[in-house]
Amino acid sequence: MAYVDEYPRAAKIARWEFGVAFLALALGGVFGLVQALYRTDTFREALPINAADYYTILTGHGVLLALVFTTFSIAALFTWATTRSLERPLASNRLAWGAFWLLVIGTVLAATSILNGFVPQLPFESSDVLFTFYAPMQAHPAFYLGAALIIIGSWVAGAVYFLTYWEWRKDNPGERIPLQTFMVLTTFLMWYLATLGVAVEVVVFLIPWSLGLIDTVDPLLTRTLFWFFGHPVVYFWLLPAYLVWYTVLPKLAGGRLFSDPLARAVFVLFLLLSTPVGFHHQYVDPGIPEGFKFVSMTNTMMLLLPSLLTAFTVVASLEHGARQRGGGGYVGWLRSLPWDRPAFSGCALAGLMFAAGGFSGMINAGMNINYLIHNTLWVPGHFHLTVGTAFALTIMAIAYWLIPQITGKRLQHRRLAMVQPYVWFVGMTLMSNAMHRAGLAGLPRRTAEPMFQEAGSAPFDPVVGTVGEMRLQIAIGSTLLFVALAMFLVVMFGTWLGKSGAAPLAVNGSIPDPLSGPEGSPRVLDNLKVWTAIAVVLVALAYGLPIWSIISDGLLTPGSPPIPV
Amino acid sequence: MEIHRFEKLWLAASLVLILGFVATVVYGAVGAGVAMVNDDGGTVDPGDITASENFREPGVYEAGDGEYAVYVEARQFSFRPGSSQPIEVPADTRVTFYVTSPDVTHGFSVVGTNINTMVVPGQVARITTVFEEPGTYHIVCHEYCGAAHHNMQGQIRVVDQSQFDASATGPAAIDDPAAEVSD
Ligand code: HEM
Ligand SMILES: [Cu+2]
Repeated sequence: MAYVDEYPRAAKIARWEFGVAFLALALGGVFGLVQALYRTDTFREALPINAADYYTILTGHGVLLALVFTTFSIAALFTWATTRSLERPLASNRLAWGAFWLLVIGTVLAATSILNGFVPQLPFESSDVLFTFYAPMQAHPAFYLGAALIIIGSWVAGAVYFLTYWEWRKDNPGERIPLQTFMVLTTFLMWYLATLGVAVEVVVFLIPWSLGLIDTVDPLLTRTLFWFFGHPVVYFWLLPAYLVWYTVLPKLAGGRLFSDPLARAVFVLFLLLSTPVGFHHQYVDPGIPEGFKFVSMTNTMMLLLPSLLTAFTVVASLEHGARQRGGGGYVGWLRSLPWDRPAFSGCALAGLMFAAGGFSGMINAGMNINYLIHNTLWVPGHFHLTVGTAFALTIMAIAYWLIPQITGKRLQHRRLAMVQPYVWFVGMTLMSNAMHRAGLAGLPRRTAEPMFQEAGSAPFDPVVGTVGEMRLQIAIGSTLLFVALAMFLVVMFGTWLGKSGAAPLAVNGSIPDPLSGPEGSPRVLDNLKVWTAIAVVLVALAYGLPIWSIISDGLLTPGSPPIPV
Repeated sequence: MEIHRFEKLWLAASLVLILGFVATVVYGAVGAGVAMVNDDGGTVDPGDITASENFREPGVYEAGDGEYAVYVEARQFSFRPGSSQPIEVPADTRVTFYVTSPDVTHGFSVVGTNINTMVVPGQVARITTVFEEPGTYHIVCHEYCGAAHHNMQGQIRVVDQSQFDASATGPAAIDDPAAEVSD
């Protein structure tokens, strides 16, 4: 029996959530292509924008992809994972739909005020503040309200998973939390803690300030609150991908997860360490003592541990799968993996790119080498490997496997699906590699025009290659990415148009037990209260003093009045 | 719970790697003396940046002991000094930049050097450097600051000390002839 037959109501919610996520992905992807071509000066005359519109596009790209596509996809995936692993329907469908609509209203408010940037007939006023909305640059209040509703919607979505878990707990006292639910709950505990920062920033400061209720805000304080949330949010994106890599990918490879307890330990580490690290985005901020930056760097480096452990387990599980399929040799087993199945190849390529992204992340995390690349194109080069591929490609890949199960429709255009992950991979290799190198040469991010075009000035001096060659690679890479995205959408759209029950699904949703299960592992791993308490203490230690030192001269001083864009 | 031998090895290797990273940064800060942007620039009122002790009229000042202090105002969409006229400083001399913004957040990064800081309204970013090579350096605003952000750029002209002393503009404050020459 397919998932949709067992849990029709949860399946419907997940379908709608994926639906909105993919719409956001489509629009965000168009913006991505336009801005890549514009800033590399490729066919610029043919593009419908000017340099000022570039920032409207960039705001749309960041918000639609990093906030909307991610949050909706995660809600869909977690709805499936919670119900499947607890083997029961959601505790409250009404609440789950409430979360959905809060997210939708938030998205519509934010998106309308952004799009107002080129369509002034739309309601509100333009909000070209980028997805980081640093004060005192001021967006229309609708933008902030939209952001707040997206956060609140995600909180309600998370509450539904907790309610469902508590119901299950009543019926199953003393049992170990099923692994997928464990992952969902730890991810959300981390998320509740992390979003406190942005919630305070937006609700206490930016909304009243944009409405004129308070005159000034302290830009360093709001910025610090943003990054309190801004780093853990990347784990909010990453952990769902990990959930897929730990629990589904081994099965797609033909094997089983290597170790359940290790997976739990990894998620616990993320709960503990994801939040007290935000200052690593502020290494070059004035107003923050070096010591606090150092503490945050040490925590950041510790965060490498769970990711390195994940690399081990995932590769070990893949190898196990390959050997089950008859593979052998030291690396020869790689050939026995199902590279022609897009759900598998997409996840595996996403994992590979994530490893590369992890290396460039280690550079970002080093307090001193960060000076070389802070706010250069290196940074988007890095996160297109992480959120832009590790997350996005994993979601696309798992959609090939999950969408048939939640719609009851057989996947269409299977050949297109088969090559799609490879096209994305090649496109991203070109774009990201060129962005990294351009960043090393000093090219800034978030900049519409190639700078320093006047004669005789060539400040950007690449170690290898030329700026022109990098631009070309970015343009070609982004075009391939866009093609891959279109292929994915065609497959999804075709599948959606298909008839349910017309053909047997080519997938089954069963997930085999791990090689070593949770039985022997310490029960404290499942004690979410203990881990949450420790996480709160760590955050208080990392942020207590610095925030105090920023607000000790007054909550709103040094204060800046709003500067509308 | 059984932990596989390879798992243990991997765990140990990971921890060593992490400690190694932290150690290199500690070495960089303590041993090699890499200074980082800190809170020692102090705060100012964004509405009146020269009102407090922490910031002066933008320009180049001699700071005693053969050192120089450069006060830069980063605003939509130029650096003062830096954009309409290059900042001129001598080579092989300690130069400390003080940068702040009266409007939105900007960036101040000098291409090809380690000078890279955010410019947050209300805060003064303070960075000390020595330009060893004479030549022209380019300043980039690397934080989005509004519709013409991509036009926000500037120059630093590094010249030999003798040439600097002889030069008509230096070491007087470049953009503001009224400002004092010495500290
Ligand atoms: C069609 C595929 C894509 C293309 C061609 C593309 C292209 C780009 C380019 C060129 C930039 C840099 C702009 C600049 O700094 O001036 C950028 C920024 C960004 N991209 Fe993408 N991208 C794509 C997909 C994605 C995906 C899937 C995500 C996340 C899920 C993503 C998230 C972001 C974010 C968060 C930024 C930073 C925005 C900012 O600086 O405010 N992108 N993208
Ligand atoms: Cu600027």
